[in-house]
Amino acid sequence: MSTTDFDLVVIGGGPGGYVAALRAAQLKLSVAVVEGNHLGGICLNWGCIPTKALLRASEINHLLHDLEQFGFAVDNPRFDFEKVVARSRAVSGQLSGGVAHLLKKARVPVFNGFGKLSGNDGKKRKIAVTLNDGGTTELKAAHVILATGARARVLPGLEPDGKFVWSYREALVPDILPRRLLVIGSGAIGTEFASFYRNMGSEVTLIEVADRILPVEDEEISKLAHTAFEKQGMKILTSAKLGPLSKGKEDVTVEVTTARGTEKLTFDRVISAVGIVGNVEKLGLDNTKIEVDRTHIKTDHLCKTGEPGVYAIGDVAGAPWLAHKASHEAVMCVEAIAGLPVHPIDITKIPGCTYCRPQVASVGYTEAKAKAAGYQVRVGRFPFIGNGKAIAMGEPEGLVKTVFDARTGELLGAHMIGAEVTEMIQGYVIARTGELTEAELKETIFPHPTISESMHEAVLAAYDGALHF
Amino acid sequence: MAFDILMPALSPTMTEGKLLRWLKKEGDTISAGQVIAEIETDKATMEVEAVDEGILGKIFVPEGTEGVAVNTPIAVLIEEGEAVPDQAGTPKATTPQKPAEAAPAAPKAAAAPSSQKAAPVPAAQSAGTPTGRIIASPLAKRIAKEVSIDLTDLKGSGPNGRIVKRDVEAAKTKGPAKPVTATATATVPAEAEIVPMSSMRKVIARRLTEAKTTIPHFYVSVDVQLDALLSLRHQLNAASPAEGDDAFKLSVNDMLIKAAAITLRRVPGLNVSYAPDAVVHYPSVDISIAVSIPDGLITPIIRNVDKKSLREISNEMKDLVARARVGKLKPEEFQGGSFSISNMGMYGISAFSAIINPPQAGILAVAAGEKRPVVKGDSLAIGTVMTATISVDHRVIDGALAAQWMSVFRSVVESPISLVV
Repeated sequence: MSTTDFDLVVIGGGPGGYVAALRAAQLKLSVAVVEGNHLGGICLNWGCIPTKALLRASEINHLLHDLEQFGFAVDNPRFDFEKVVARSRAVSGQLSGGVAHLLKKARVPVFNGFGKLSGNDGKKRKIAVTLNDGGTTELKAAHVILATGARARVLPGLEPDGKFVWSYREALVPDILPRRLLVIGSGAIGTEFASFYRNMGSEVTLIEVADRILPVEDEEISKLAHTAFEKQGMKILTSAKLGPLSKGKEDVTVEVTTARGTEKLTFDRVISAVGIVGNVEKLGLDNTKIEVDRTHIKTDHLCKTGEPGVYAIGDVAGAPWLAHKASHEAVMCVEAIAGLPVHPIDITKIPGCTYCRPQVASVGYTEAKAKAAGYQVRVGRFPFIGNGKAIAMGEPEGLVKTVFDARTGELLGAHMIGAEVTEMIQGYVIARTGELTEAELKETIFPHPTISESMHEAVLAAYDGALHF
Repeated sequence: MAFDILMPALSPTMTEGKLLRWLKKEGDTISAGQVIAEIETDKATMEVEAVDEGILGKIFVPEGTEGVAVNTPIAVLIEEGEAVPDQAGTPKATTPQKPAEAAPAAPKAAAAPSSQKAAPVPAAQSAGTPTGRIIASPLAKRIAKEVSIDLTDLKGSGPNGRIVKRDVEAAKTKGPAKPVTATATATVPAEAEIVPMSSMRKVIARRLTEAKTTIPHFYVSVDVQLDALLSLRHQLNAASPAEGDDAFKLSVNDMLIKAAAITLRRVPGLNVSYAPDAVVHYPSVDISIAVSIPDGLITPIIRNVDKKSLREISNEMKDLVARARVGKLKPEEFQGGSFSISNMGMYGISAFSAIINPPQAGILAVAAGEKRPVVKGDSLAIGTVMTATISVDHRVIDGALAAQWMSVFRSVVESPISLVV
């Protein structure tokens, strides 16, 4: 193989793309990555990772203002906002460098530029790459994986304007810590930013067009999150309609209509977090059998597009828009290319985590979705107030909820809110993946004292009754 | 750089040899001059020294492999931190050694690790799979039980062939349409009636296939003179009260069961079971008796037969057979046992050999006692003679031991007074 001829070329170096390349290298395929911006994609650089670094800082700020219950007193706790932000950028830089190192170790060449499909030579596909430092190159590959990810959806009137209106991008490198902040959209992204800024001291108003925040989560969890955020001083408006923004010199005013009526509200900054669109432009899809449906590339359950030998994974390929979904699709796709037996990914086994405070985590069917699907359910609930570790930590607010199929004992879904739940959810994900029933979960010995024990109690609660509540 | 270590020629005329044993294992650091393996030809045993230093990355030819051609790569040396290259070693000389031939090789092969010899793949693998263990996720098992789907019918699509929920769900929707597809061979005439198998029939089919294809059966027959036993039986039955709880009526089979139990005490080498790389000695003599029932057979067990009197054995047999015939045996009454007996005397059969019930290692097939010419001294006489044939698992019971057992069995039956003690 020459330096431009490969078994596989991956366009996009985010959690989908770079994982595909690493797995391909493990399976001894010759592979290259084409990346136009930064390795690690949005996740590492402008998404998952920097937000978690920031949220850690806001968690610390919360503790700093809550020291008395632990017996501490600190005069004038303060922070340097620029340093808080700088730390998150440094973390991103470190991890992006880490991905570069992994690819180098695996001897995967990385072409810094933008790639697109450009026909084939009868035997292999051609990929035209416009290199960042000038010039072009042509790669050839038997297989191509499109992993170009997604970007923020822009609603008319809410275009990022370099001053008042932010997308997630600007929200991660803010020019100021806004005194008054409007967050539009209460999915994971909007909710995390709302939580971060609130806990750093901004007055935050969170707006959602649906009738509850975190609309994909279980209703009970949405309700508990809403109550918790309001207790923290966040203003939340659901079933809300937004009028046009009117931008002044230093601030922006907007009309918001809810069931209660219309309010005129003024803010220093606005974050628009209303969903994403796939990066399907300029990929050379036009003369191929690849179909695009509402900004996402259509694929089958094994990530194949309509064009033989071309695959699409991650955010560009559709929901759920999660880095771990992209990574698993990457592995599945590459293993299939290498001829290994694979199974399609079961969406009901993919967890979703939101790192606001309190954290939210879930996997599988909500109670409502389970019932709508025709299941007879058994539901278990266990509140953190019954958990010794949670109280010892000073985090007594939270809930673990399980949904079981009454007939077979299958764990249909699990939903949690509270401290550390994003780290705990994997236990339930393992249970769903391994097709464990309530019997095995009941038998599992959780260590004491941990917040995780509430997961065990929530299973008991669905059957014999919790012991500690 | 990775170096293949090749099978050396111990003499100019050597073409192949046996890799007796490895003195180093994968991952060990090797220095030049260290002895890493022993090679044997029919002329001599020699040591193999490492020429270079490095780490023993991978062994291609396991200990005990015979017929390794000279220059075949037997292992690869790698440097620290290096991965074993995929193309290293074309192990064409890994002819797995013949299973169960450990006996002749054992004395002279100084190589102690005999467990390696028993391990070679062919024998071990076949023992592994059909022990009847179904691998299925807990959920799949639950669902299958709930809708009465037999997991043994399913192929698993999960990791390592595990049966998972989707396999059971697919089987559910397919429904019992299977009978038609079961016998789609061209030789079966279209008018043939296809009758779906009952669960018992399926179990019999599966277990007996497993027994016959995985157990090396070995058979030993003797002709046993029954006259003394028949006479004793007559005497004992005459001593029974006419009726009441203490009444008994011994059958010939009852007495043969006890005779077999006594023989198993005297020759305990047949009261065993095969396990991979081990012979399991049963702690008690529990005999399974084959009983014919409608559309099949079942084997109720009498436990601790050697400790029971003829009367106890006889009464227990009557109870078990009666309940077996109406399907009222409890699982522990027919699952287990250390040895089996099958009796076809009632059909006038002259001789037959039975199929071993795994995990047992022996089954005695008892045929009809018939009047036959016998030689007494130097003259011809008439005696009642029964041909008994034992089938044993030759992996754990050698022919000579089976023959010894049969010899003892015959002497117990022909001097039946020992049955009464």
